[in-house]
Amino acid sequence: MSEIIIQIDGRDVAAREGMTILEAAQTAGITIPTLCHHEKLEPYGACRICTVEIENRGRTRLVAACLYPVEKDLVVRTRSEKVDRIRKVILELLLAHAPEATELQVLAKEYGADKDRFEKESSFCILCGLCVRYCAEVKKKHAVGFVDRGTGREISFIPEIASRECWNCKECFPLCPTEALQAAYVLTEALISSSPSFKLEAEE
Amino acid sequence: MDNDSIDQIIDKQRGKPGSLIQVLMEIQDKNQWLPREALEKVSEKLEVPLSRVLRIATFYKTFKLIPEGRHKIHICTGTACHVRGAQRVLDTVQDLTGIKPGETDPDLKFSLETVNCLGCCTLGPVLEIDGKTFGKAAPAEIADELKKYE
Ligand code: SF4
Ligand code: FES
Repeated sequence: MSEIIIQIDGRDVAAREGMTILEAAQTAGITIPTLCHHEKLEPYGACRICTVEIENRGRTRLVAACLYPVEKDLVVRTRSEKVDRIRKVILELLLAHAPEATELQVLAKEYGADKDRFEKESSFCILCGLCVRYCAEVKKKHAVGFVDRGTGREISFIPEIASRECWNCKECFPLCPTEALQAAYVLTEALISSSPSFKLEAEE
Repeated sequence: MDNDSIDQIIDKQRGKPGSLIQVLMEIQDKNQWLPREALEKVSEKLEVPLSRVLRIATFYKTFKLIPEGRHKIHICTGTACHVRGAQRVLDTVQDLTGIKPGETDPDLKFSLETVNCLGCCTLGPVLEIDGKTFGKAAPAEIADELKKYE
């Protein structure tokens, strides 16, 4: 694997081919905020909070650091007026869904995001997909998935699978940046235990 | 539901996750909607996790996860019909049938959908019942018309 030198925030950083900007920054101890990224999971690019400004062959663009592969002569700015402004708006939009989420509040403070800027639409879930992807990619159980589309999109536990698998796992709980996941689980559990066709493993 | 023909559709594509959408469309064609048991069978035979089958089945508007009514009402809410009063038509039909777009009543009499153009904007506001078009729809006429359906 050949080495590529890129520039991040004015510093030369050595990266391996195939690395993302985020990975290169992390090896150099430069922080880029992330919400939907998890090192055990495939890059996903859902939250866009990792947006950075890049410059290549004289052109400036905004890209998601968790997805964009390093390339020769790349110049990256992880903070700039533009980047900060974008992160602020993203946070404000996410906070309309999950105003209580600590992770969002911490970032909101840093970027000066106002949690009341947009009308509240408390779905709690920010659709980061961490739960869904962890269950599919790491546990290979597919007990929780996305359903519906557009503004109605949400996560949903599959009762048939959840009743067998979730009781002894729940490894996705700490991954969720909001309370949406646990709430969805409790709801599914209530549905399962009130329906005679399912039986929780733990009860057997 | 006709279990055998559903099995036949699924068996043809056994072990082929890539055929998911095609299989769902064929089942929907035969059965008018996708029952949970059919989705479970699709998941098992095509070797696609049930969560993914559900994701696809809920993503596309074509797929119905609840039974269809005997009569299908399509109300156009496209731009031309919108300015010509589609909302009133929709309100009338909702009042008379007690269902909202995307729903079917408990007697399985009517299913209601909104659409974005039926291709005859000059007739707006337009609705379609079982493929028959009604133009310049007025609430009173709609009420009379809906009474004719069993
Ligand atoms: S429930 Fe939590 S982990 Fe799952 S997609 Fe929503 S915010 Fe992310
Ligand atoms: S961390 Fe890059 S898009 Fe979410």
